[in-house]
Amino acid sequence: MNWTANEIMVVAAARRLAGERVCFVGIGLPNLACSLAQRTVEPSLELVYESGAVGARPQRLPISIGDPCLVSGARSVTSQFDLFAFYLQGGRVDVAFLGAAQIDRRGSINTTTIGPYERPKVRLPGSGGACEIALNAAKVFVIVPQSPRSFVSRLDFVTSPGHVPGRRARGGGPDTVVTQLGVYRFVEGEMTLVSLHPGATLEQVQAASGWEVAVASDLVETPPPTAAELADLRALDPQRVYLG
Amino acid sequence: MSKVTTMSEAIGRLVADGASVAIEGFTHLICHAAGHEIIRQGRRDLTLCRLTPDIVADQMVAAGTVSRLVFSWLGNPGVGSLHAIRRRIEQADPAPLEIEEYSHFGMVGRYTAGAAGLPFFPLRSYEHSDLPRANPRIVPLPSPYGDDSVYAVPPLNPDVAIVHVQRASAEGDAQAWGLLGCQKEAAFAARRVIVVCEEVVPESVIRADPNRTLIPNMIVDAVVQAPGGCHPSFVQGYYDRDNPFYLDWDGISRDPAALEAWLQEWVYGLADHAEYRARLGAERWAALAPGEAWAPPVNYGSYR
Repeated sequence: MNWTANEIMVVAAARRLAGERVCFVGIGLPNLACSLAQRTVEPSLELVYESGAVGARPQRLPISIGDPCLVSGARSVTSQFDLFAFYLQGGRVDVAFLGAAQIDRRGSINTTTIGPYERPKVRLPGSGGACEIALNAAKVFVIVPQSPRSFVSRLDFVTSPGHVPGRRARGGGPDTVVTQLGVYRFVEGEMTLVSLHPGATLEQVQAASGWEVAVASDLVETPPPTAAELADLRALDPQRVYLG
Repeated sequence: MSKVTTMSEAIGRLVADGASVAIEGFTHLICHAAGHEIIRQGRRDLTLCRLTPDIVADQMVAAGTVSRLVFSWLGNPGVGSLHAIRRRIEQADPAPLEIEEYSHFGMVGRYTAGAAGLPFFPLRSYEHSDLPRANPRIVPLPSPYGDDSVYAVPPLNPDVAIVHVQRASAEGDAQAWGLLGCQKEAAFAARRVIVVCEEVVPESVIRADPNRTLIPNMIVDAVVQAPGGCHPSFVQGYYDRDNPFYLDWDGISRDPAALEAWLQEWVYGLADHAEYRARLGAERWAALAPGEAWAPPVNYGSYR
């Protein structure tokens, strides 16, 4: 195979952005997925960043969600109040990306602590905007390296709720999870493997999960990244800051 | 009346031991110069309010000035952890650190309620999250207008807000562009405001473009000119983010001795931020200089 785990994750996420319009972007692999989608399946995708940049058109690879390259040439730059109140909570965001230290079968995410909150083994960054994104974006996409440490049966802390019983949020919650092994979607709130990357096996998927993973009856193999996709992607991150 | 003063005088007069201090700026406009002066003056027991405690917070915590953090995201953006803060939280090393934790919108809402004189701010975050369990000040609230519910967060009124901007008049009218964070909300919520700017400009410059004024002189107590004062953060149109510094900080803050040596060299060992700027060197500053991208002027009209 002439691609890496990070590359197939970004390519698979970018393909899922076809038909979407307003995308709330995170830095790193999500940013690459959105930029790749703009060059392939969805040229009219509008990038919105937590820092307040709306319709950003970065001329270099952004190194933080507040990179000055997101401001120059953007459609609008808003205060964070406007961004969270009007854009996100107001229901204007179609897809938002979240990262995860831990994720469970309902798509709930922990980015707060490993171990108990009061005396954590590892203190992680916390919510940032993730909690409101999880509840207000129409769809949530997650890119996460899959392992028994990240795919857990029980989160140490629920930072960003997924398809929990009784969910009443306006946003649609987790829609797609992309890992180095495959693509998952949610069937009646349950994370379900719908596509297996070339070379990955169901045994690997199960070994890297803390619960018995549901598999779609119409499971497919992820089409390999095309030469054009890989060329576009590698041009976006020539120094492989995020691609590794 | 001019409010222009030095950083040393402004911090000495307006930031007391035990105070709550908001140093805002989201990636952009983070006033490290003020944080360094607070460290230099040996303040103790501060509550630091900031959506994203990052390098300046790690430095202030390591120096022993901060005993409590009010925040929503804790880390070295794009790099990883803040190791001095993690040592405090995970191992109480060398002392425990009190935390009060929200989400970004919760923090923005807290400043907004504080600025607007409201008893709380309502938002749709937090349902089914563990955050309200971790922080009992996040409270569910039924709508008074039918079958709906929200969460409430309390107002945040810091004793002092420190906001960095591109330019300000001597009277304190502050203009900023680029990422605005919640500088305005934090300033209006605070009891005292220190404006730090790259340039002090005549009042006529401010009045020629009033839409760009983020913070009006009526709420400002001091104006400090500190060009380069955000480094390693950035000021749109003035200097870029010093990304290598953020990477370097990871190694420095992992090692308490290296961190202490850094503070000695770059904070305690320097009289003020002008010395920091000079020590950084012309070459480093030249590497951070952006190209130019000017906005065309707008016509406000002359009505006589």
